[in-house]
Amino acid sequence: MSDVLLSVRDLVVEFPKRKTLLTALDGVSFDIHRGEILGVVGESGAGKSLTGAAIIGLLEQPGRIASGEIWLEDQRIDQLPYEKMRQLRGKRIAMIFQDPLTSLNPIFTIAEQLVETIRTHLPLNAKQARERAIQLLDEVGIPAAAKRVDDYPHQFSGGMRQRVVIALALAGEPELIIADEPTTALDVSVQAQIIDVLKRMCADHGAAVMLVTHDMGVIAEACDRVAVMYAGRVAEIGQVRQIVKQPQHPYTQGLMGSIPSLAHQRHRLIQIPGSMPRLDAIPTGCAFNPRCTSVGERCYKERPDLLVTNQGEVACWLFDQGGVA
Amino acid sequence: MIAMLVRRIIQAVLVMLVVAFISFSLFQFVGDPINNMVGQEATQQDRAELRERLGLNDPIPVQFMRFVGNAVQGEFGISYRMARPVSEVIAERLPATLELALVSGVLAITLGIVLGVYTALRRDGWFSHFIMSSSLIGVSLPTFLIGILLIYIFSVELQWLPSFGRGDTVPITDNWSTGLLTVSGWQSLILPAITLGLFQLTLLMRLVRAEMLEVLRTDYIKFARARGIRQRSINFHHALKNTLLPVITIAGLQLGSIIAFAIITETVFQWPGVGLLFINAIRFVDIPFMSAYLLLIALVFVVINLVVDLLYFVVDPRLRVTKSSSSR
Repeated sequence: MSDVLLSVRDLVVEFPKRKTLLTALDGVSFDIHRGEILGVVGESGAGKSLTGAAIIGLLEQPGRIASGEIWLEDQRIDQLPYEKMRQLRGKRIAMIFQDPLTSLNPIFTIAEQLVETIRTHLPLNAKQARERAIQLLDEVGIPAAAKRVDDYPHQFSGGMRQRVVIALALAGEPELIIADEPTTALDVSVQAQIIDVLKRMCADHGAAVMLVTHDMGVIAEACDRVAVMYAGRVAEIGQVRQIVKQPQHPYTQGLMGSIPSLAHQRHRLIQIPGSMPRLDAIPTGCAFNPRCTSVGERCYKERPDLLVTNQGEVACWLFDQGGVA
Repeated sequence: MIAMLVRRIIQAVLVMLVVAFISFSLFQFVGDPINNMVGQEATQQDRAELRERLGLNDPIPVQFMRFVGNAVQGEFGISYRMARPVSEVIAERLPATLELALVSGVLAITLGIVLGVYTALRRDGWFSHFIMSSSLIGVSLPTFLIGILLIYIFSVELQWLPSFGRGDTVPITDNWSTGLLTVSGWQSLILPAITLGLFQLTLLMRLVRAEMLEVLRTDYIKFARARGIRQRSINFHHALKNTLLPVITIAGLQLGSIIAFAIITETVFQWPGVGLLFINAIRFVDIPFMSAYLLLIALVFVVINLVVDLLYFVVDPRLRVTKSSSSR
């Protein structure tokens, strides 16, 4: 497709430990289109946040991209030198972190942090940058933005701070925002508001979003497409509606079954037996094989790649002509 | 803000009163001063009269109040050893100690911060490793040994710098003559300043390094990186400012101990400051001088602590009480 903004191809991220080599991401591939919101779900440790960090080039030591490619339109960005990548960050790709309480520098005012970010990326003078800062704060819904802009982070509540964080991420007019569980640390009552703000801001500014979360409710509400990750691999990608209604991969089916629904209160929630394997003990073949209810002989031998079906892409032998046997 | 200031000052005064009491008790414990003052032939009556005249028959609290009253006016009596007012002697010697402390303090703080930041940013460079391992020497060697080593190398073997004294001094005011304006003054200052400041330097450096590494791992630094903020700004603007917050406290205390522990360095280098005087005073049981010195050092610590508290207020916005305007 021509409107592909970001393309991740066979991304492998490794963490060299003292003796062994842990493969945290193993062949992750997906696209993000211009202006869309792609949800990324999975259990803790599935590699969701790591994928985000790898894209923006901020993997923590000693993690490194071992192979694969990341393309931003027609520019390959996974091998850029630090300074080139820095210029890209904030300007084309921005990132929002989980905890708004610790994401803002405590000893600088909101204005100082916004103005510096704006002036790093846009050719504005101090006065214009300040006006833009106030405008951004106004857009994310901070009341009396012109007055509050000179406050320090500690003078804002958690929800307000996450709004400031969103304003900061958007300050350089990026085309893609990686939001790493932006609502997890917030009050339940504020979560929906923040998702709303994020959605609206990105629509207004034409930014695509990679929304990392383990909250299926957030996915269903905010995203266009969703990628399900399991043990450092993508299990399934597709339109949100399809995946919520008709999940294909047995793992996705398990995930969806574990969401309580208001309509059928009597049902016992489905639970996926077992837990995700540790990085140093991922089984051969399909990583999900020990927990899968439809497992076949082939699943223990061969590893399934993403297969295109009429509903999206799924990494499961059930959808291959050869089947699981 | 005002309330906090008042509270801190009251605390400071309390501390000073306690120290004054300890100083005062020195007089009570070290024998009867009358014995030192009258001759062998003095009669019992002479002694009683003198005791009455000096107010030694008054109740202890009254004597203590008198001591504090005098101390506040800078009056500490006559030195037993030098037969001159203690305040005069101290005023004469204090400039030497203060200049030494100032130079080694500046040396320790600037080099400590610069090297600390450097070793934090270039964690794996060979120069950082070199600095870190040699800093162990600074932390573990006792001050007098460093002084003696420096004297041996630079005065005895190389003969570059003098091993004792203060060099030529130039009077600025009536009782302040400085060695900072003459070449020989600076030459004499170098070795003692290094000796006195080395421990504080290495301590500060290690503290700054640890603190900086901590700050560089925080979320707000990660977020600043994710926004494409320039590396230089992240290191020296975002990270360094946060690093220096806790360093201020330690640096303040270190400055106090530099003045207090100048005693050893002054002894090694025969530096004519109050510390050297104090050592001699102990040898001669010169109680008035000792108690005055004790109070002086306590005052230095208390004042520095007060300044540090106020400085915190200026630097850390979270401590400033502002119009509370948090909303959801």
